[in-house]
Amino acid sequence: MSLLEQFPREEYLLKGNAACAGCGPALALRYVLKALGPRTVLVIPASCSSIIAGAYPKSAFKVPVYHIAFAASAATASGLVEGLEAQGIEANVVVWAGDGGTVDIGLQGLSGAAERNHNVTYICYDNEAYMNTGIQRSGATPYGAWTTTTPLGNKGRKKDLPFIMAAHNIPYVATASPAFPKDLVNKVAKAQKIRGFKYIHILAPCPTGWRYDPRLTVKIARLAVMTGFWPLLEIEHGRLRLNNPSTNLLDPARRRPLKEYLELQGRYRHLSEEDLKVLQRQIDEQWARIKAMLRVQEELEDQVEQGQGERQR
Amino acid sequence: MREFLTGNYAAAYGVKLSRVEVVSAYPITPQTSVIEKISEFVEKGELKAKLIRVESEHSAMAAVIGAAFSGARAYTATSAQGLLYMYEMIWWAAGSRLPVVAGIVTRAIAPPWSIWTDHSDFMTLRDAGWAMLFASSAQEVLDMTIQAFKLAKELMLPVAVGWDAFITSHTAEPVEVPPQEQVDYFLGEKKKSPAAVDFENPFAHGALAFPKDYPKFREDIHRTLKAAGEVYSNIERRYYEATGRERYGLVEEVFCEDADAVMFIMGAAAGDAIHAAGELRRKGLHVGVARIRSIRPFPRNEVEKIARRASKVIVFDRSYSLGFGGVLATEVRSVLHEEGVDTPVISVTGGLGGSDLSPEYFEKIFLKGLGV
Amino acid sequence: MVELPVARPSVGAAGKTGNWRLFKPSIDYRKCIKCLLCWMYCPDGVISLSGKGLPVIDYEYCKGCGICAEECPVKAIEMVKEVEG
Repeated sequence: MSLLEQFPREEYLLKGNAACAGCGPALALRYVLKALGPRTVLVIPASCSSIIAGAYPKSAFKVPVYHIAFAASAATASGLVEGLEAQGIEANVVVWAGDGGTVDIGLQGLSGAAERNHNVTYICYDNEAYMNTGIQRSGATPYGAWTTTTPLGNKGRKKDLPFIMAAHNIPYVATASPAFPKDLVNKVAKAQKIRGFKYIHILAPCPTGWRYDPRLTVKIARLAVMTGFWPLLEIEHGRLRLNNPSTNLLDPARRRPLKEYLELQGRYRHLSEEDLKVLQRQIDEQWARIKAMLRVQEELEDQVEQGQGERQR
Repeated sequence: MREFLTGNYAAAYGVKLSRVEVVSAYPITPQTSVIEKISEFVEKGELKAKLIRVESEHSAMAAVIGAAFSGARAYTATSAQGLLYMYEMIWWAAGSRLPVVAGIVTRAIAPPWSIWTDHSDFMTLRDAGWAMLFASSAQEVLDMTIQAFKLAKELMLPVAVGWDAFITSHTAEPVEVPPQEQVDYFLGEKKKSPAAVDFENPFAHGALAFPKDYPKFREDIHRTLKAAGEVYSNIERRYYEATGRERYGLVEEVFCEDADAVMFIMGAAAGDAIHAAGELRRKGLHVGVARIRSIRPFPRNEVEKIARRASKVIVFDRSYSLGFGGVLATEVRSVLHEEGVDTPVISVTGGLGGSDLSPEYFEKIFLKGLGV
Repeated sequence: MVELPVARPSVGAAGKTGNWRLFKPSIDYRKCIKCLLCWMYCPDGVISLSGKGLPVIDYEYCKGCGICAEECPVKAIEMVKEVEG
């Protein structure tokens, strides 16, 4: 497939919007909307995207949007999709929410909507803090990162939302990155073909909050993946699978040094060697867990297969 | 068809007859049997609605807002803490001009825990841009619920229908249930709301508005609600024409024409007040009861007219603006002051947390009001 | 008529965002290999493709982030300081 076939020329995030220069979430949203097309309605809770949209009477989105309060996006999307279905109207109902609206204040509603398995795609664009209000720590802020409410570095650990969502046994969970647009677009398109609740979590670098030169957004997003900080994966009907290039990163030797990712960002400038070790350890643990999950998954599948074989005999 | 129904079941029948398409709710005493009955209707296929059993009231209101944005007819019901938990979304529904209807089975607010009625929860809707109707019988719950969908559509605003916990919600009484055709005729064809999602001409609903733009949206809601009395009266007339049911207006007047002292009151306790007024009339005292059926729109003209005729006005409140006084009394006083009516107003607050009200209680208040 | 808080799709919802720019991306078309990576990675969608498949930047709205220059595999895009005018 050629690039232009996969990425339609049509722009649904219109130029002249209010995103900061080099905005990672805006780049991700541009891909998401290209993958979704015009028969899409976005539900957007309070977040940078409420501002990126521009102000009344103009909207930077070429698709219908419902702006909603912080904690309410998943429940609003639940009612929206059920209402459309009740009237026989077909459309992609998609939540586009930041990390605060997802892992913190919106989590209860998100969990409820996922458990009810509405036909909704929920996309979290994660820039790892409350950027719209001025870079305050969220539950998605990584260990060690500076924010205005963690001036000496965050002591907490990034909440692992993709796996929390997978524990809801929804049909599709995926992670993505704007540095890997083909993977991202494939995942969004795939989600539209699956009925039920889909969750996609995009790590979207923020030059303003992460303190780096806006030209580095894609480079930093790429390094997040290549250092193993942000694994690209999908969990389809409970089955975990790594996606390229993360597939190769189970071997720690294949991962780029974490420092390469951190040193480009001002928010990690104060990081001590000790802090770096803590963060590196968290990443190693994450991969050890993924590795173990893949192994257990294979064993379970073997056992189920054997059991079925024995029953047939 | 005559059925023996509680207020909560009457609400569920009203929802069914209105052919609601999405219902979303979270259980709370004393609202639960509204949703249980609706669930039964949906599972039996008697009501073709999507039922969203949400994990909180905040989500219940968010879900009916989403459903209304899809263009579907949407309903929820709640009480007390539930209403407070959905409060953020309450304002969102009004600001979006979405025709949501909510049943509010009034219950006192905790702490201390109480499951019994007062109107503190309902009164918190006062400033939020909702139309607020209040029923005092199961029959009225049913009629008002159906009327609310029409009112919501015409105002392009959400409508709350309140009724008292247990006294109305769980007490069964004979209710005239109108045939489906009559309700269909009354509600008419569903038309697409300009506030609903549009894929052909997309728009973003609720985007940031700068100070130069913001006020006009609030002012429009204010104007609409202020003028909604006439809209409701027309709806009541059309409902009467379609079903033959009674018409009360925004205020039901009982013995008010020649009354020296008139009591304004809302909800089920009006029954006791009317009983008391009857007793006192037998003793030759001229007292009347004006039962308020709508808080928004506020029945300004009716209140003014009734108060002007009387020599004493008593306002009975089942809620407080804590630190100030009775909510209804404050609003009545405000109207009378604006209209230049100098009839003295006595404010009495009672019946909080389900505390007992009786005809004898109201007789005493009347006598005190008359200075007897 | 009801006043509805609805906003309609418009280019320039935040104004002429080209004014935000401090540095301006300049494409050397002699070096360009038409790989479209600049088009793909532009967060603002201000790069369009000419009939010949060459990237063209809309300077009215380009915010000058420099991602295109950073990601261009043949270094055909240079960030040039804007002159005050």
